[in-house]
Amino acid sequence: MPQHELILLKNMMQPGYTGSLHDYEKAGGYQAVRTTLGRIAPAEVTAVVRKSGLRGRGGAGFPTGVKWGFLPKDYQGPRYLCCNADESEPGTFKDRQLMERDPHQVLEGIVLACYAIGAESAYIYIRGEMVLGSKILEHAINEARAAGYIGKNILGTGVHVDVWVHRGAGAYICGEETALLESLEGKRGLPRIKPPFPATHGLYNKPTVVNNVETLANLPHIMNRGADWFAAIGSPPKSTGTRVFCVSGHVKRPGNYEVPMGVTVRELVFEHAGGMRSDKPLKAFIPGGASAPFLTPAHLDVKLDFEHVATAGSMLGSGGVTVMEEGTSMVWAALRLMEFFYHESCGKCSPCREGSSWLVQTLRRILAKRGRMQDLETLLDLCKNIAGRTVCAFGDAEVAPIQSTLKHWRQEYVDLIHEADAANLIRPETVVRH
Amino acid sequence: MLRDKYQKEFDDILSRYPVKRSALIPLLYVAQRDQGYVSEAAMQEIAKLLGLTPPQVYETVTFYTMFNLKPVGKFHIQVCKSLMCALVGSDTMIGWIKTKLGIAPGESTTDGLFTLSAVECLAACGTGPMMQINEDYYERVTEDKLDRILSDLRLTGTSALKSGPFMWPEPVNSER
Repeated sequence: MPQHELILLKNMMQPGYTGSLHDYEKAGGYQAVRTTLGRIAPAEVTAVVRKSGLRGRGGAGFPTGVKWGFLPKDYQGPRYLCCNADESEPGTFKDRQLMERDPHQVLEGIVLACYAIGAESAYIYIRGEMVLGSKILEHAINEARAAGYIGKNILGTGVHVDVWVHRGAGAYICGEETALLESLEGKRGLPRIKPPFPATHGLYNKPTVVNNVETLANLPHIMNRGADWFAAIGSPPKSTGTRVFCVSGHVKRPGNYEVPMGVTVRELVFEHAGGMRSDKPLKAFIPGGASAPFLTPAHLDVKLDFEHVATAGSMLGSGGVTVMEEGTSMVWAALRLMEFFYHESCGKCSPCREGSSWLVQTLRRILAKRGRMQDLETLLDLCKNIAGRTVCAFGDAEVAPIQSTLKHWRQEYVDLIHEADAANLIRPETVVRH
Repeated sequence: MLRDKYQKEFDDILSRYPVKRSALIPLLYVAQRDQGYVSEAAMQEIAKLLGLTPPQVYETVTFYTMFNLKPVGKFHIQVCKSLMCALVGSDTMIGWIKTKLGIAPGESTTDGLFTLSAVECLAACGTGPMMQINEDYYERVTEDKLDRILSDLRLTGTSALKSGPFMWPEPVNSER
C-alpha cells in the first residue's frame, strides 16, 4: 500500500504516546503558538490559512480562511470561536479520536484560530455522550493553562484566549452551526434562518466562527510548515490536505485512516481497510456520512475529494465511508437511515418534520411487503418537497438515502412490492386496495 | 437544594458564560447526576437561579434525549441501532440483552438495575456493535463480552471492558 505522510494522526501513532502536554511538546507541539502569536499579524494568519486551501472538515467543506474573513473588521466587542465537536453524523468517528488521543493538537488549533479572528473566548461544543472526551479535553485545558498556552496574556504576548468545554445533550441537529449556537445559549437546538450568518450574528448575537475539530487540528501544521506545503498535499487546488476517513460496515479492518484527499475509494477500502470482510463483493457504499447519497461499485475509482465525489452524485461530507456487502437490502438500509433522520428532525420546519415521518412509514410498509407501486412515486414526490424547503441542510440530507437507493436499486423496491402483490393473491383479505 | 449541595460546581459553571442561560444544560447535568433524572423541583430551582420561567427550562430539557424526566435503572444500557452498527449486528445484540435481562428497549428490570434503550448513532461506527452504559462506551461487543460486562456491573458497578481513549485501528507497535 502506498505510504502517505500522516499529519493529524502522526503523534498518536507513536508507541506510548499519551496525548499529555509533555508528550505533545516533545513532538514539537505548541511551536505554532510560539511562532505565531504576537509575531505574525492576525490578518496574515487568516491569509495563510486561505492560501493553504483548508476547507471545513465537518461536512460542508467551506474554505476556512474565507469563513474567518467574513467577520466584521472594525467591530468592537467580544467575538467567539466555537469548536464543533458534536460529531453525530452516522458513519463518522474521527473527531472523537482526535480529541481523546491528541487533545492538545486541537487546543493549539483553537488558540491559533482565536488569535486570527480576535476571539478571547472559545467553547468546545462536544456531543453529550462523549463523557470521556470531555474529561480528557478539560484535563488538557488545565495543563495548557498552567503552562501558559491558554488563558490571559499567553506566553507574554498580550493575547488572551480562554477555552471551555460545553457538553451537548444528545441532538444530532446541534452539529448544524446555528443550532449549535442556540444550544450553547441554553435553548432548544433549532437552526436559525440565515442570513444573518454567525460571522456577524453568532453566539449571543456577536461575531462568531464555528469550526470543526479536524479543521482546527490542521492549523498548527499549516502555521509550522506553511501554506504552500499544505496546498500541495492531496488533490489541489480545491481539495488540499489530508482527510481522516472513517471506514465502517462490512470491511475487514474498519477504523480511521488518514490519507491525502484524492485517493480512490478502492484504495481506501481495499488497501487501508483490508477489503471486504468475507467473500461477498461490495454492493454499495456511502462516501461521506449518512447525509451523502449511496454510490455503487461503478464508483470505486472515484477520487475522494470534494469535487470528484460531487461529480459522482454524492458528497465528501464528514468523511464517513460506510461499506455494504452483497446481500444487504438497500430498502432496509435506506429505512435504517431514514429512521435516524426521523428521530433527529428538530421539528422546526414542517416539510422535514412531517415528511420524515411519512417517509419512514412508507418505507416500513414496503419492507413489510405491504407496499404498492404508487408508493415509489409518493416517496420521490415527498423527497422533492422536503429538499431545499427547510431552514437548514437537514432536509437535503434526509432524502439522500431514499433518492439514491431508488436511483441505483429501484428493482429491490419493485421486487418487494411484487412480493406484496403475490402475498395478496393468496391472502386477499389482508389489505383493502384502491 | 442543589445549589447548596453543589455550590462550588454551580459557581464554576456560571462563571464560564457571559449570559446566564448558557449554564442551563450544564446545570441540568448536575441535577441529573444527583437524582438519576431531572426532577420538577430541580427544573424549578434552576429556572429561578438563571432568571428563566419553568417552561423555558422544560422546553430545553424535553428537546434533548440525554435528559431523563423519570428515573431509569442504575445502569442505563443504550445500544446504537443506526445503520452502521446494524450492518455489524446491533439487532442481534439487542436480542442477547432481551434474552439475558428479560427487557425490551424502553423497559427496566424489576430490580431497578438495568434499563435498555435502542438509540441512534453514538459515533463509534468502526467498532460496532456498541453500547453506552451510563457514561462509558463498550465497543466491538460479542456475546461473551456482554456476559462479562453485565456480571462485572452487577458485582462491582463498573467494568474494565469499557473503552479508553479511542483509537481504531490501534497502531501496530502499540504498547497498549
